[in-house]
Amino acid sequence: MVIRGRLAALALAGSLALPAFAEAPGRVVSINLCTDQLAMMLAAPGQLVSVTYLAQDPRASVMAAEARAYPVNHGLAEEVYLLRPDLVLAGRFTAQATVAMLQRLGIAVVIFDPAYSLLDVRQGMLDMGRTLGRDAEGQAMAEAFSARLAEIAAPASAVTAPRPTAATYAANGYTSGDRSLSGEIIEAAGFEHLAASMGLPQGGVLPLEALILANPDLVISGQPYPGASRAEEVLSHPALLALSGDRTAMQDRDWICGLPSVLAAIERLRATRDDMGGQE
Amino acid sequence: MTQARLLGALGALVVLLFLAALVTGPAPVGPGESLAALIEGGHGPLTLVMREIRLPRAILAVMIGASLGLSGAAMQGYLRNPMAEPGVIGISAAAALGAVLAIQTGLAALFTLALPVAALCGAGLGVALILLLAGSGSSSLALILAGIALSALASALTALVLNLSPNPFAANEIVFWMMGSLADRSFTHVLMALPLMALGGLMLLRCGRGLDVLTLGEDAAASMGINLRGLRLGVVAGVACTVGAATAVAGAVGFVGLVVPHLLRPLVGARPAALLPAAALGGAILVLAADIAVRLVLPGRDLKLGVLMALVGAPVFLHLIWRMRGQQ
Repeated sequence: MVIRGRLAALALAGSLALPAFAEAPGRVVSINLCTDQLAMMLAAPGQLVSVTYLAQDPRASVMAAEARAYPVNHGLAEEVYLLRPDLVLAGRFTAQATVAMLQRLGIAVVIFDPAYSLLDVRQGMLDMGRTLGRDAEGQAMAEAFSARLAEIAAPASAVTAPRPTAATYAANGYTSGDRSLSGEIIEAAGFEHLAASMGLPQGGVLPLEALILANPDLVISGQPYPGASRAEEVLSHPALLALSGDRTAMQDRDWICGLPSVLAAIERLRATRDDMGGQE
Repeated sequence: MTQARLLGALGALVVLLFLAALVTGPAPVGPGESLAALIEGGHGPLTLVMREIRLPRAILAVMIGASLGLSGAAMQGYLRNPMAEPGVIGISAAAALGAVLAIQTGLAALFTLALPVAALCGAGLGVALILLLAGSGSSSLALILAGIALSALASALTALVLNLSPNPFAANEIVFWMMGSLADRSFTHVLMALPLMALGGLMLLRCGRGLDVLTLGEDAAASMGINLRGLRLGVVAGVACTVGAATAVAGAVGFVGLVVPHLLRPLVGARPAALLPAAALGGAILVLAADIAVRLVLPGRDLKLGVLMALVGAPVFLHLIWRMRGQQ
């Protein structure tokens, strides 16, 4: 998937020549939360010169503490240009105008697609390693990830008994699809994903009524952000709180990016599932 | 048609639409089954859906419609101007600003009634400002211009407050506060709005006689023993309470107070006192119907109530402007 991303980037930017990757880029700026965190883990000391301000937000980033060591950017072309980067790391859907501007200014930009599956997570690690000229580190991380994933996910797939259903429910009644990273995390933890039976493979808005009637065994919601919003009020609706199934909270940072930390998310959900099994 | 028969017919329509609202929703359940689940209970999740989602939503539609219809009729009677309507002249927008400020400062979390009271303060300021700028007797033009200014200011400040919020979802809620919606409301909201709405509704209904006499003009009303200051206070406080409470839980739903009195006025012989209760029932009918329609047009997608109300209300408003043009 990242190869596709890189080809697209090449098509967009004639200036991005492949030989640029023959030697490791010296000054790398990341303007996407997910590339921020992968790059912090894989870059050589001094290689990464700036990450986004989101990377310092403990609600969105699992590496908020590490990110404090870096100057932050806000994904604006101007500030990124002034950092004189050899390479900019961007996400597929972040700041497209910025990316286009940087490419016009002749700066190499590598665009990473979001991780839609556990396989994508592994591939993202390999691609980041290659992009930063740190192939060995990227490969080591990917191998460690795959090995640990096989350990914790294998027993779940071996379960033949009917699996408990789980649904994510977020602000505005949004539920993630089963064909997404969070969907695969939920399935790897041994749950049936409600979105699959609801016909929402890509996720979407699930009316509260429909969720209540489906009566899932587990509802996974996010933790509300500070400063109230009506969008999040639905998460404390009396009907949702009265459901007979369990509820648990996952923070956005746990599974929005394809990082090694998704393993921890799987383990936590698995522990939740085992507790539920004990009650029955 | 006599007053009693009109109110009876409107009341029957409210009951009918209330039942229709209860059996309307994105979940594919038959009407008989869902009503049984509501009344008997013990139908598991379906009972939960009926009692905790659809019932409070239908009750809120009645309460909000009645509040807005009543306050529109009262304002129009007091200002003797058919265009005086809380949504159109910016009072709902001012109430929304009060509510948003209470939510974003954390005031709303302190005690249950803090949110509607803050919206009440916004609405009260709005009414006072409108009366100051375009008091009774002034032209429709002055009223509408004052309303546009208040609306624009309150909406802009609401947008500013929501944009400053640390919550990433808050900025998207500008649409809710400006258009209004009853999606996913609960009994918490019913209980929150009820006390102020009841209080404001009573205040407005008691203004009936004063408004009747006021149709003869202020001097005539004063000479007939009407306490004009008391009447004004009653209208301002009543409108602030009802519009404030309605906006606090459902956002600014416009045009209800414009369309309903406009349609019912000929049926009550243009008497403000008779119009007040009829407008309350008429408002309930309109909002119930609109809330059913938003769920039928786009099931489960939360089409805003204000969208439908504007589609119905704007032509009425244009018609009124057209008539005003003819008079000049």
